[in-house]
Amino acid sequence: MVLGIIKTTKNWFFCALFLLTAVSPSHAELRIDITQGSVKPMPIAVADLGGQSGDEQKFGRDIARVIATDLERSGLFKAVDRDAFIQSADALETLPRFGDWRIINAQALVQGRAKLVPDGRLRVEFRLWDVVAETQMVGLAYFTIPDNWRRVAHIISDAIYKRITGESGYFDTRIVYIAESGPADRRKKRLAIMDQDGANHRFLTDGSSLVLTPRFSPELQEITYLSYFGNLPRVYIFNIDTGRQEVLGDFPGMTFAPRFSPGGKEVIISMAKGGNSDIYTMDLRTRKVTQLTFHSAIDTSASFSPDAAKIVFNSDRGGTQQLYVMTAAGKSVRRISYGKGRYATPVWSPRGDLIAFTKIHRGRFFIGVMRPDGSGERLLAEDFLVESPTWAPNGRVLMFFRQSKSTADGKGGRSRLFSVDLTGQNLREIITPIDASDPAWSPLIP
Amino acid sequence: MRLKIYGILAAVALLSACASGPEATDTTAGGGSVADAKPVETYTAPLGTTATVAPGSQEDLVANVGDRVFFGFDQFTLDGKSRSVLDKQAAWLSANPSVIVTIQGHCDERGTREYNLALGERRANAAKDYLVQLGVNPNRIKTISYGKERPVALGSSDSAWAQNRRSVTVVGNVGS
Repeated sequence: MVLGIIKTTKNWFFCALFLLTAVSPSHAELRIDITQGSVKPMPIAVADLGGQSGDEQKFGRDIARVIATDLERSGLFKAVDRDAFIQSADALETLPRFGDWRIINAQALVQGRAKLVPDGRLRVEFRLWDVVAETQMVGLAYFTIPDNWRRVAHIISDAIYKRITGESGYFDTRIVYIAESGPADRRKKRLAIMDQDGANHRFLTDGSSLVLTPRFSPELQEITYLSYFGNLPRVYIFNIDTGRQEVLGDFPGMTFAPRFSPGGKEVIISMAKGGNSDIYTMDLRTRKVTQLTFHSAIDTSASFSPDAAKIVFNSDRGGTQQLYVMTAAGKSVRRISYGKGRYATPVWSPRGDLIAFTKIHRGRFFIGVMRPDGSGERLLAEDFLVESPTWAPNGRVLMFFRQSKSTADGKGGRSRLFSVDLTGQNLREIITPIDASDPAWSPLIP
Repeated sequence: MRLKIYGILAAVALLSACASGPEATDTTAGGGSVADAKPVETYTAPLGTTATVAPGSQEDLVANVGDRVFFGFDQFTLDGKSRSVLDKQAAWLSANPSVIVTIQGHCDERGTREYNLALGERRANAAKDYLVQLGVNPNRIKTISYGKERPVALGSSDSAWAQNRRSVTVVGNVGS
């Protein structure tokens, strides 16, 4: 066995474990093609990671549970019932008895161990096995402070997802969103943040000011959002590490609809002046403001392409809300949406291949995607009100919010977060402590 | 420059307002229309008479003038009814020269959040521009858009939506 150090960061590093890498030629490699619409979930057995002490065994169990939940929620895997397991975690330490796993219909097996090392850190290693070919597909070890055990579990989930689908995962990510409470006419809204699986939830603002539409910076420590602090609706930057909130620039009118540029050096916003909304960018270092659209129509909800060369936005310059693409300098404006209805809140995929949007047609709301030239429109979700798509960093999953109808006495009107695969499959609610809207998915945590 | 164009647009809108009245889109069988919509926030004077209302106060504006006007779906044009309310507001502002007001622009829940913030801004400014045309000093009128964040009527119904597509004139300086 060889341990190779790949990367070190402040709190941790991880190593690749190379063991038994021979591949059986008679067996096609275990693989899921996630571009297909309806994938039969791959049965995977996630064994509790082994450990010597009670603490280590608890870490091992908890990490295995998080991995199994991550993989199942992707819709691509089905975790084999652990009660069916034949081989014990202890016995797995030497080598899997593959027959024991084949007989319970597992195609893949995850096993490993957790160890508290003398300097106080937690060492977690795992191996992913192809049960049919009897080969190791990937093996890695991580050192971290014990409090970080959930992140280790998500990082392992990402490694498994990547090894089997060929695509980057999205489990080691966070969601920032707006937590809502109270009646619709006095709705209290707070910035909130959580891991993508709902864990480590916390509120970032106290609800004394109305806040809307948060977005992550690519560097992750910062969120840009709209706050009505002092009854002046303006774009703010919130630093997650320090809790500091700072108004963006000094604008004479309402600023709203903020998004970071892909490099994080600029924020693109809309500003309303004399009733008219246009799109601007602000350089965060030089504070230079550049106006990009000059039109008497509403121009808003701008989103950069991942290469920062283009911008997609929402305008009613043609009569109703439609999507337009222009260069990053505001030139060559071209309408791309030509389907029936109104199109809004465009968000460019991190892969660059698609633009997600909200569509309103015949009193119904839809979440959909189209190519950047407007072709290939596909609708992924429909309801009384669905809005505000946000991409997982691998561009394969979208999250949005869904608000139900309300009655005149104030009942209903629940607002919830949902995720859906790009294929339109695997619609799932993201559980939040109270009502939720305006989700924004972070990049992978570095 | 754009302000000027905007003023012209508003003037055109005024001339053609009757063609785009909200009634056309909002009526339902047995449901309300803008014509039926009543302000939900009503103020009752303590002794049951308007005589106790302080001139120039919000209560005075609501009881004797009307604090709000309504708009059609995705519209920011002022119809005849809206203009007559604003005519009275202009006269009231003239009679109470020390009063500063903020016009709030609001939308129904049937639009996307960011677009509705822009649309609320348009509605607040449509009302402001009309008052300014009538001679009210623009420095006395602030505007603020709440988009779909502060509905006054609860419920997902045509009549509630019609009441929520509004601009509301509020005594005091709470906008920009």
